[in-house]
Amino acid sequence: MANADCIIIQGSNMAECHPVGFQWVSEAKARGARIIHVDPRFTRTTAIADKHVPIRAGSDIVLLGALINRVLHDGTYFDEYVRAYTNATNLISDNYQDTEDLGGLFSGYDPETNSYDNSTWSYQTDEAGAPVTDPSLEDPRTVFQILKRHYARYTPEMVADNCGIKPADFDYLVESITQNSGRERTTCFAYAVGWTQHSLGAQFIRTASILQLLLGNMGRPGGGIMALRGHATIQGSTDIPTLFNLLPGYLPMPSAGAHDRFDDYVASVGTPETHKGFWSNGRSYAVNLLKAWWGDAATPENDFAYHYVPRINGAHGTYQTQVRMLNDGVDGYFLLGQNPAVGSANGRMQRMAMSHLKWMVVRDFSLIESATWWKNGPEIATGELKTEDIETEMFFMPAANHTEKAGTFTQTQRLVQWRHKAVNPPGDAQSELDFFFELGQRVREKLKHSEDPRDRPLLDLTWDYPVDEEGEVEPESVLAEINGYYVGGEKDGQPLDNFNQMTDDGTTAGGCWIYAGIYAGGENMAARRKPRSEQDETAAEWAWAWPANRRILYNRASAAPDGTPWSERKKFVWWDAEAGKWTGKDVPDFPVDRAPQARSDKAYGGTANLDGDDPFIMQADGKGWLFAPSGMVDGPLPTHYEPQESTVANPLYDQQNSPTRRVMRREDNLSAPGAGFPGSEVYPYVFTTYRLTEHHTAGGMSRWLPYLSELQPEMFCEISPELAAEVGLEPYGWATLVSPRAAIEARVLVTRRMNPLTIGGKTVHQIGLPYHWGVGGTAAVVEGDSANDLLGVTMDPNVFIQNSKYVAGTIMPGRRPRGPELVDFVEKYQREAGLSPESGNQLITASDENVERSAAADSPAHQGGHPHRGGDSAVGVSPGKTLGAEAGEEAESTTDGSGGTGSTDGSADGSGGTASADDRSGRVDLRPAEANRKPAEARDEPSETADANRAVDGDPTDGDPDRGYIGEDADAAETGRLGEDDGPRVDNGNSSEGEED
Amino acid sequence: MSAPTRDGGAIADGHWHDTTHHRKGFFTDTSICIGCKACEVACKEWNRNPQDGTFELLGSSYDNTGSLGANTWRHVAFIEQDSERIEKARESGRKLVNLGMPSIRPRTDESAGAQPLDGALGAAASGSSGTAGDANGLPSTPPLGIDLLAPGALEPSDPENIAALDTTPPDTADFRWLMSSDVCKHCTHAGCLDVCPTGALFRTEFDTVVVQNDVCNGCGTCVAGCPFGVIERRDDGTINTPTDRDDRKAADMDVPNKNTANKCTLCYDRLVEGQEPACAQTCPTQSIKFGDRDDMVSQAHARVADLHAKGLTEARLYGANPNDGVGGTGSVFLLLDEPEVYGLPPDPRVATKDLPGMFASAGVAALGMVAAAGLAFLGSRR
Repeated sequence: MANADCIIIQGSNMAECHPVGFQWVSEAKARGARIIHVDPRFTRTTAIADKHVPIRAGSDIVLLGALINRVLHDGTYFDEYVRAYTNATNLISDNYQDTEDLGGLFSGYDPETNSYDNSTWSYQTDEAGAPVTDPSLEDPRTVFQILKRHYARYTPEMVADNCGIKPADFDYLVESITQNSGRERTTCFAYAVGWTQHSLGAQFIRTASILQLLLGNMGRPGGGIMALRGHATIQGSTDIPTLFNLLPGYLPMPSAGAHDRFDDYVASVGTPETHKGFWSNGRSYAVNLLKAWWGDAATPENDFAYHYVPRINGAHGTYQTQVRMLNDGVDGYFLLGQNPAVGSANGRMQRMAMSHLKWMVVRDFSLIESATWWKNGPEIATGELKTEDIETEMFFMPAANHTEKAGTFTQTQRLVQWRHKAVNPPGDAQSELDFFFELGQRVREKLKHSEDPRDRPLLDLTWDYPVDEEGEVEPESVLAEINGYYVGGEKDGQPLDNFNQMTDDGTTAGGCWIYAGIYAGGENMAARRKPRSEQDETAAEWAWAWPANRRILYNRASAAPDGTPWSERKKFVWWDAEAGKWTGKDVPDFPVDRAPQARSDKAYGGTANLDGDDPFIMQADGKGWLFAPSGMVDGPLPTHYEPQESTVANPLYDQQNSPTRRVMRREDNLSAPGAGFPGSEVYPYVFTTYRLTEHHTAGGMSRWLPYLSELQPEMFCEISPELAAEVGLEPYGWATLVSPRAAIEARVLVTRRMNPLTIGGKTVHQIGLPYHWGVGGTAAVVEGDSANDLLGVTMDPNVFIQNSKYVAGTIMPGRRPRGPELVDFVEKYQREAGLSPESGNQLITASDENVERSAAADSPAHQGGHPHRGGDSAVGVSPGKTLGAEAGEEAESTTDGSGGTGSTDGSADGSGGTASADDRSGRVDLRPAEANRKPAEARDEPSETADANRAVDGDPTDGDPDRGYIGEDADAAETGRLGEDDGPRVDNGNSSEGEED
Repeated sequence: MSAPTRDGGAIADGHWHDTTHHRKGFFTDTSICIGCKACEVACKEWNRNPQDGTFELLGSSYDNTGSLGANTWRHVAFIEQDSERIEKARESGRKLVNLGMPSIRPRTDESAGAQPLDGALGAAASGSSGTAGDANGLPSTPPLGIDLLAPGALEPSDPENIAALDTTPPDTADFRWLMSSDVCKHCTHAGCLDVCPTGALFRTEFDTVVVQNDVCNGCGTCVAGCPFGVIERRDDGTINTPTDRDDRKAADMDVPNKNTANKCTLCYDRLVEGQEPACAQTCPTQSIKFGDRDDMVSQAHARVADLHAKGLTEARLYGANPNDGVGGTGSVFLLLDEPEVYGLPPDPRVATKDLPGMFASAGVAALGMVAAAGLAFLGSRR
């Protein structure tokens, strides 16, 4: 990032939320880079930026799409890069229809399931199955031409009218990114949850990916898209995930029904038949993981104990699980490093859900609100819950903090840094590692005489970590297992040096293939701390970055197709013709001896067939995806839809909101009606939530500390002077904020840093709300109402992240009512707006005709699909996600150039508790919400996919909290719940708190 | 320490001596401060200072600690400004350093002495009038080690980058948010040290000013002696301040050094171990720089020149003028507006500065009285 010539920070308040990482922005600025902050608020990030571009929350695709349009129209894209490294030249199926053709829908929309069949989004292929291209880019079916048409209506006028951005500011942005891209210069984007926490957040990131590919800023120093992770090692907790649908190293979690056989599963990871990128070695990655887990019990004969792995049968993210709790479908709950009573959206729902549990374990430093909701929570105050009626048995386990345990932090650039223990934990406090090791030992002890096959997975686990003199597990032994080692033979037990040494025959084992090499030669590479004064700027000997200690992913793209650097100034990795290998300042992200001119005659067939100019080596076809034939469930190209509850009409289409967003139609999750519907005027303002530097997420690590609490002691809201005058709010006085879900109170900060915007001829007021406060925790230094109580749960269909950044509500002077009156107060507004569970949750507003045309689009069977690809898109049966995006990077990296698939992960991290439900994990199709309104008979005949994958109950799209699915669905579910039926359900679907990633 | 004063070092407060150490100091560059307050927290943690807020919003933007005091030794101010104020700041800064934009060639004519860049503090105090010499009788040409007005002094620090620099002044923004981390100035002529009757305050081998809490008797004389309002007595009541909520207890903390004067030590205990102060180490953007004071001052001059070259003429230095009322400060600041905006005194004067003059005046007065008396006698004889 320090090497960037221009940095656009959008959807992120980097200086406040990532102050340490922000040093690289400061460094870039000191070197002369231009810093632009696009954000609804003027924040501490804006304060040192060169320019603030205020924007209406949720309108980012309009802005980014307009930038794409301008770049294409003016011809200022990086032509050579685009032709060589992206799929611009690919021809898309003749059956593909764009949102421009169908009033806001893509072809393949199924109004029954509210999801897309993406078969019409595929590449055109020849008889051999190879994609058809047009190097001239002139064929109307080329990605390039489709892109042009798709964004043609994203004009500066539309930006002014929908985003509230002045034409002069738009021109400034255009000039900044185009002047600072190309051979000599690079532009970098940085985003955080300001992009992800929307009902189409993954597509926000995709739009930026397209723009960065067009500008040639991927895989190059100072380029890329930085996915700023919310706190320490959230990146690590997606690499070795606490997500319900991923296994370590971004392997998918097997789905019941779809992946019953190991070969089916491997096909979903990636095989040479469908890939020439590195996912083609999917079998070896999976075998090594199973071998690391089950050791000798994993043999070639039993498919390496694949049958031990639990299966998923639907979405088990944080919000789905919460609904299952409300339906009494969950008995127990482990809460680790998370405070959902404050940190997750719709806090009341979270707390009510916990009251349905039989038992609950909270591991934390102090008695946070999630540990005290049953005696001091807001619902106790209103009388909605009574302590004596709550049957949940609560356990509190003290946790060691980061200075009291050793281990790793993986940061946003994929850099894994070792952290030594400074002091022993106080009292009974334990690290997670020790806690789970001991828990495992105890459970295994209890089961040791069991002959129930169901207990074999637990008993056969390798669970033999050495302990030190303090009795604590040696964390390096876990690192060594993650790294991988040889099994048998003369190298038995020796650490692997890299993932290319992994085999699929059981002679190696490794817990996370992308981390292979972190313990190479028995050295803890993450603990390396060679000072910057003793090495070059790449600092390859400071800690270790996955994969292979590579600092910039896809760095083959930092050289021109012929292998020479694009420019001396941006020289990074290049082809050394004399030596016949790739070399440079970083570990080349390419087969090291593959010459730039090398060409394979096979379209796929594994990594040996990567062409010399296929830099995006995690993509099935080695190209950066401007158009995503697969991987995104809500469309191959990002399209602007208005946020849930938006009071602004979509200027582009009749289709107001995303037709595939995941809604939860529930009485306790009501939505404002949205633009044009009666009642929307009751909630005229926009709330948008965020964090402050002084606090940590839901406050568990800051509101108990006086030094931090005194710096931001009280919950406040930020409003413009205009709104203050309109509503009659006094500076630093009290205000009450009401949303369709809740009412809270806050101090008022009237500031010029908030400005009303004129959108569609109307004034839109945005109100800023930090979300760090909560009430009822024991011995917190400061407390206050929680902003997250105001939020509803409407989710992105790719990653199930909730929309936190655009919430409809109203504001008035004074403090909120106390006790039961608070409930009446909220209900009064709900009645006034005429809310019902249907309000604001219309999935389809496009015309019937367009819906029919979309649904009628045929899959391109005549174009000769590949046998292994089935009916899916040409390159689609791929690891839907690529490594790059998970790798949200920081200083000098680029994120995934592949377009959406990778970037999806950027938003999947932590927050939604899930990663994308794409093809790779077996196409987790949720039961569509629309279906629930149909008679019961109809519900028994959903599409095959939906049926097989639906969760046993509590599907949030069910809409009816009291009616969990039973019967056939339950049967399907049982098969997937191998070995966990009676065991404690460790439900840490999201490692972080819902509100941050 | 050899910084001259107008009195030629006649004020006997320094007690400095040649040491093996260079004078240490801070350069706080507020133009890159992100207001994260990590300096406040790191300072309190290292020095085990009690928190001292009331846990209520102070009503001052994002600032909830208010000012420097007995417990808060680093304090970040937040100032929200509109375009009118920005324009004024730009204008006043431009006057301090008349650069003749867009050329950044420094002025070398004699009149330049009238606008000493390093004299931002003094010049601001004299209303940016630029008149040679001021009411305090400051010399019009500062006898600086670093003469900003020398050729080349105003060039950007990195000449190679000069072509890339945009030397046209940027459009004035509609709004800005200033953040500035304040700290004890560790003055060349330290009022607190001058007036301390017990010798509890002393000048260290790093030429910083430190309280010995085991010597301090809490008399509070130093509090009035500091022209910046930095040093304060730590009272029992500094914590456990009652709040408006009965159900909330302020955190119980041990309060060390009660009833004594307290202020920034420039992390004396760290310096003697070869470490840098906690605030500087924690600052993520290097807004707080620590080092030899001479280096700090030259970095500050280079930075202000850089900013002026980009048209950001609101930048000016505070504390870098050895001829100000405290003989320059160990903590040098780059500000983006008048010092008053940040709550800093525009013309700090060490309380003892006028003592010699007062004594002299008193002497003259005494002589005058004697003379008058004599005259009276003479007159009466006539």
